[in-house]
Amino acid sequence: MIAEIGHYALVLALALALIQAVVPLVGARIKDPVMMSVAGPTALAQLAFVGLSFAALTTLYVISDFSVVNVFENSHSAKPLSYKISGVWGNHEGSMLLWALILALFGALVALFGRNLPPTLRANVLAVQSFIAVAFEFFILATSNPFARLAQPPFEGRDLNPVLQDIGLAVHPPLLYLGYVGFSISFSFAVAALIEGRIDAAWARWVRPWTLAAWMFLTLGIAMGSYWAYYELGWGGWWFWDPVENASLMPWIAGTALLHSALVMEKRNALKVWTVLLAILTFSLSLLGTFLVRSGVLTSVHTFATDPTRGVFILAILIFFIGGSLALYAWRAPSLKQGGLFAPISREGALVLNNLLLTTACATVFVGTLYPLALEALTGDKISVGPPFFNATFGPLFLPLMIAMPFGPLLAWKRGDLLGAAQRLTLAFAVALIAMATVFAIEWGGPVLAPFLIGVAVFAMIGALIDLKERIQLFHQPFAVSLRRLVGLPRSAIGTAIAHFGLGVCLLGIACEANYGAERILSMKAGQTVSIRGYDLTFDNLVSRAGPNYRELVARFTVRSGGTTIGVLDPSKRTFQARNSSTTEAALLTRGFSQIYLSLGDVSDDGSVAIRLYHKPLVLLIWLGSVVMVFGGAMSLSDRRLRIGAPRVARRRNLQPAE
Amino acid sequence: MTRKQRRLVMIGSGLAVLAVAAVLVMTALRDSIVFFNSPTDIVEKNMQAGSRIRLGGLVQPGSLQRKNIDASFDVTDGKNVIRVSYRGILPDLFREGQGVVAEGQLIDGHSFRADSVLAKHDENYMPKEVADALKKQGHWKDDYGNQAGAQKSSPVKSQ
Repeated sequence: MIAEIGHYALVLALALALIQAVVPLVGARIKDPVMMSVAGPTALAQLAFVGLSFAALTTLYVISDFSVVNVFENSHSAKPLSYKISGVWGNHEGSMLLWALILALFGALVALFGRNLPPTLRANVLAVQSFIAVAFEFFILATSNPFARLAQPPFEGRDLNPVLQDIGLAVHPPLLYLGYVGFSISFSFAVAALIEGRIDAAWARWVRPWTLAAWMFLTLGIAMGSYWAYYELGWGGWWFWDPVENASLMPWIAGTALLHSALVMEKRNALKVWTVLLAILTFSLSLLGTFLVRSGVLTSVHTFATDPTRGVFILAILIFFIGGSLALYAWRAPSLKQGGLFAPISREGALVLNNLLLTTACATVFVGTLYPLALEALTGDKISVGPPFFNATFGPLFLPLMIAMPFGPLLAWKRGDLLGAAQRLTLAFAVALIAMATVFAIEWGGPVLAPFLIGVAVFAMIGALIDLKERIQLFHQPFAVSLRRLVGLPRSAIGTAIAHFGLGVCLLGIACEANYGAERILSMKAGQTVSIRGYDLTFDNLVSRAGPNYRELVARFTVRSGGTTIGVLDPSKRTFQARNSSTTEAALLTRGFSQIYLSLGDVSDDGSVAIRLYHKPLVLLIWLGSVVMVFGGAMSLSDRRLRIGAPRVARRRNLQPAE
Repeated sequence: MTRKQRRLVMIGSGLAVLAVAAVLVMTALRDSIVFFNSPTDIVEKNMQAGSRIRLGGLVQPGSLQRKNIDASFDVTDGKNVIRVSYRGILPDLFREGQGVVAEGQLIDGHSFRADSVLAKHDENYMPKEVADALKKQGHWKDDYGNQAGAQKSSPVKSQ
């Protein structure tokens, strides 16, 4: 019964989405206020019904109703409750339902908080949003129904893939989807603006908070996925340039560019045509990511669907939305008027450089990800494009960006003073040079690139602090005055400095982990000791124990530094009977921002164990930096100008002719 | 500066960055891509020793030998066999008789040194490249098809 309710609710949601896609659009065209006002309530009702559908599926998982195919294939009665719930989106059908739920959620949020929008823009935005909902809800019902029943209900389920039974993977997909789908709002706004044929600074003020929120979720989602890969896959890597990872990185880069170009549009009314294009591209890349991950063209841990009709269906959705919006763009963009002028050396100029480098870097990732697919389709040759490609292309484009980053906020709008900015950054130069020289001296004969990367990271970090210092005139004014200035500073300015600082932190972690890490792979017997970077690890014993739905073999290692015991590592191998598969659980010991990483290999008959041991210096900074970036985003989001009440000003402006 | 000159500066710098990116992509594509080959490809194409490739096929049952962390095994596509040696930890679900993809260097026409080995991460999975290579050699069995067609596939890297 619950499954049928869930299915029926989804069908109703699709019907509502169809109404919401067509009626307001026609209403906005013929200026009929009643037809336009249909959008709001239907958006809320759609959320209610998709929510009901999702709740039904979750209930089926919680009560382990194995008469439903989806539950049978992905759950097990002995599984802990939290993984029963996360199992809902640990499979193709459920994850698409989650996608639809988040899409409906964002639509409802626009309906709720968008009361201040000009009515035609609001109607058009919600209609475009609903077009996407129609496509995805129809896709679920037609090809991936999560509520299908089995004729002969089995007694036990087949369990969730063990590598997915992890807290990291329980929260990774919802965060990632909040990011992907969040960009649908910027997309809907962009398409609505094209339909209306006009766009202004108020539009950018509307789009920025949504983009920012989506960007924050995507950043967290990517960081979480990367940390999961680091500790769960058991070989210490945190980013593999795997096509599936690239699929989430591309919308992130494009979204970052969009954040910055929307800023120019909001403040200076320039770069309009470009911002609209970026909004379209960002969501297109999110859709492309979904296609790559869900269609089965790539094989990876994320690929649930191998049914070709699904791939063709998603491809059709992709072509419709990307092709349609770009065609609309080509048709209507020339009618959008150009805005304010600026000199090449100016805040706008810096933001243009940011966009130029980000989009180019994004394009190289795009080529590296899709070239193997295109080549195989055209010639049949199978190739793999791995980390060397991306290090050689993405790296050289991203580093200049990091170096230019501290300059941007120090330049004035319209016309900036590059020399003045450089003078104010002297301290950052000096500290970066000292850091570079110190690292180079300590690691004499080590990698040459590493000290340079560390220098760039330090420069970016100190540069962000200098930006803040200059704004509050620290040391130029009495401390109390500086403090008052800090309190009075727009939150978005503080957020910028924090986020830029976070990116520097992230690069510092990457540079240290990639260049100064130590690795040992060896076979050990109980009682033996191995050393790495001044730490001595003694293999104490090997025990077997039972978990809720698995058995595990745990090796116990005592870690000593200079004779004193500083901790215990207990890496394990788990065997899951239901799927006859096993996972490797790495053990981590955190020392400051560095970690000792230990994972188990095979156990021989004579009791010796193969181990993989790493020392990862400053590795935690990679994820900590991402969290700092998100914190900067949150700070910026809380800015008064972007808060919900603020757009009333925007509305007044909109009543005047837009240009 | 006039509007026209400013626009020229913008377009010029845009093209410059794009040109740099294009050069980077071209060089990287020439130097750092790796081709996938089956054992038969290696024999028939008479490939050079030292070339860096990905090798895929089935692990020949009974061929796996281990000594501490050194392992060696045969990879077959039913027609030809290549001996693979690997130093390190094999993936959790590395099994004889099942699909594997190894990346590394060709030592000579019939032996290969792997520096990373990918295996399936699930009972129901056959790497797509391996499945295609087996189909080409006519050694595809229907039960592989059932396995490859099943849901949830996940090769996991090992280095």
